[in-house]
Amino acid sequence: MTIQQLSVFLENKSGRLLEVTKVLAEHDINMSAFSIADSSDFGMLRMIVDKPEAAYTALKNNNFSVNITQVVGLVVPDTAGSLYNALEILKKDNIEVEYMYAFSFKDNATVIIRSANAEQTAAALKTAGFQTMD
Amino acid sequence: MIWNEHIECCSRDAMTQRQSDGLRKMVERLYFNVPFYRKKFQEMDLSPHDIRGIEDLHKLPFTYKQDLRDNYPMGLFAVPQSEIVRLHASSGTTGKQTVVGYTRKDLDMWSEVVARCFSAAGISKKDIVQIAYGYGLFTGGLGLHYGTEKVGASVIPISGGNTHRQLQMMQDLGSTVLACTPSYALYLAESLEKAGITREQTKLRVGIFGAEAWTNEMRKELEYKLGLKAFDIYGLSEIMGPGVACECECQNGLHVNEDHFIPEIIDPLTLEPLPEGQVGELVFTTITKEGLPLLRYRTRDLSALHYDTCSCGRTLVRMEKCKGRTDDMLIIRGVNVFPSQIESVLLNMHETSPHYQLIVDRVNNLDILEVHVEMDEHFFADEIRKIEDLNKRIKHNIENTLGISVGVKLVEPNTIERSEGKAKRIIDNRKK
Ligand SMILES: [Zn+2]
Repeated sequence: MTIQQLSVFLENKSGRLLEVTKVLAEHDINMSAFSIADSSDFGMLRMIVDKPEAAYTALKNNNFSVNITQVVGLVVPDTAGSLYNALEILKKDNIEVEYMYAFSFKDNATVIIRSANAEQTAAALKTAGFQTMD
Repeated sequence: MIWNEHIECCSRDAMTQRQSDGLRKMVERLYFNVPFYRKKFQEMDLSPHDIRGIEDLHKLPFTYKQDLRDNYPMGLFAVPQSEIVRLHASSGTTGKQTVVGYTRKDLDMWSEVVARCFSAAGISKKDIVQIAYGYGLFTGGLGLHYGTEKVGASVIPISGGNTHRQLQMMQDLGSTVLACTPSYALYLAESLEKAGITREQTKLRVGIFGAEAWTNEMRKELEYKLGLKAFDIYGLSEIMGPGVACECECQNGLHVNEDHFIPEIIDPLTLEPLPEGQVGELVFTTITKEGLPLLRYRTRDLSALHYDTCSCGRTLVRMEKCKGRTDDMLIIRGVNVFPSQIESVLLNMHETSPHYQLIVDRVNNLDILEVHVEMDEHFFADEIRKIEDLNKRIKHNIENTLGISVGVKLVEPNTIERSEGKAKRIIDNRKK
């Protein structure tokens, strides 16, 4: 019901993102989604990859600060108002979203949702008939 | 175990007597053999006969690091070169290097005091001691080497650096004692962790750490990471090298081998001796050394002295763990800042790595202190807000401790340079 997301702490200096992608490429790891959040001093790269454990080890061995978090990959039906409906469900269940980012996956749009409890979030969405990534 | 009970547990009267006898002889020797001191005495209108005992110590002139530089290389030696059997040189980190010399008797005495230190830390002939201090001109490696042999323990003279080999020898030979700078010990601990070697997989039980000031928080960190009991050893090459003082099992200060080195605490500004327990600059007078005896040498280290008998039974005076060197002290907008204060804050928070660097700049005539702290992957959260919170808390805690505002920047792991010797904590970009 939930998927693993990698987060990497990056100092705001040039070339760091390049380094991360280089390490992933060298280990034959495919990235299907990512987002970068930044403050004035540092950035946070979050991504969904095909081999999270391998990516974690590879990045750690290359001195990156990295961790794995559980997130929900919500598959959003291609109809008007479907994201609104999903967020309504979460609001009703008092589930707070820390952040989210979207990407397209095969023919669907997918939204990665980070909340305090990924299992609970996924369950709430499933009960309401939404599809989540495994 | 107490190596030399006769000395280490003797009465204060007996110690005073011993020190006074030694001091009188030493003053006489210096007056006749070292032109530098004779000239100083004459300038001060002081005769060797004016020094009757340690009660007259305060009448003697101070000796500064600069005096050794001015008389480079061997101008302050009190014996002819033919009597010198070993030479060492200081690193010269804060200026031109200085050279120190030892007679055979000096080396014997050095081994004796290091043997006392090691015994106080519970080291015996059953131990295997990995000496990861640099061997060579630096006094750390060779200084501890002969004392270790005197105790009868097995020495691994591996010297500093080559971390991979350090770990291998540690495991293959089953080192029970690690002797190095606390910075290097921390680096070795991290390297063990990286190599997937747990503390249970080593036989380490005692750490002898010195040559730079370190905090009790760092002690806890090293003890936890390496699975050993960590002891502070103190020394400086001008006075002799490591072994001037060392902690006993009570770890309630470092017992000074005061039958060879008389300690005093002075106010660094007024130069007046300070009473027992007050913090000031540590000053040493050697009383048995032959090669390079020094009067009232200004160490620049800050400490305090305690004369009450220690629970271990030793009566040797105890110096408090050094708070830092006056050389390492930064003056930021008129406030004294020691790197050790920042180390304490970080280690007490348990949320960052203990690696940090202080960067000082002057912008518009104002001193700016920025503290770089490495992220610890164990405490790394994936939310920007939590990292910003951590940054704020570090800033708040440091500001509370120092009483001045600072900038804090979290940096990626392993980006602050690791040290195989003394750590470089300060980058001061202000005009000197
Ligand atoms: Zn004691």
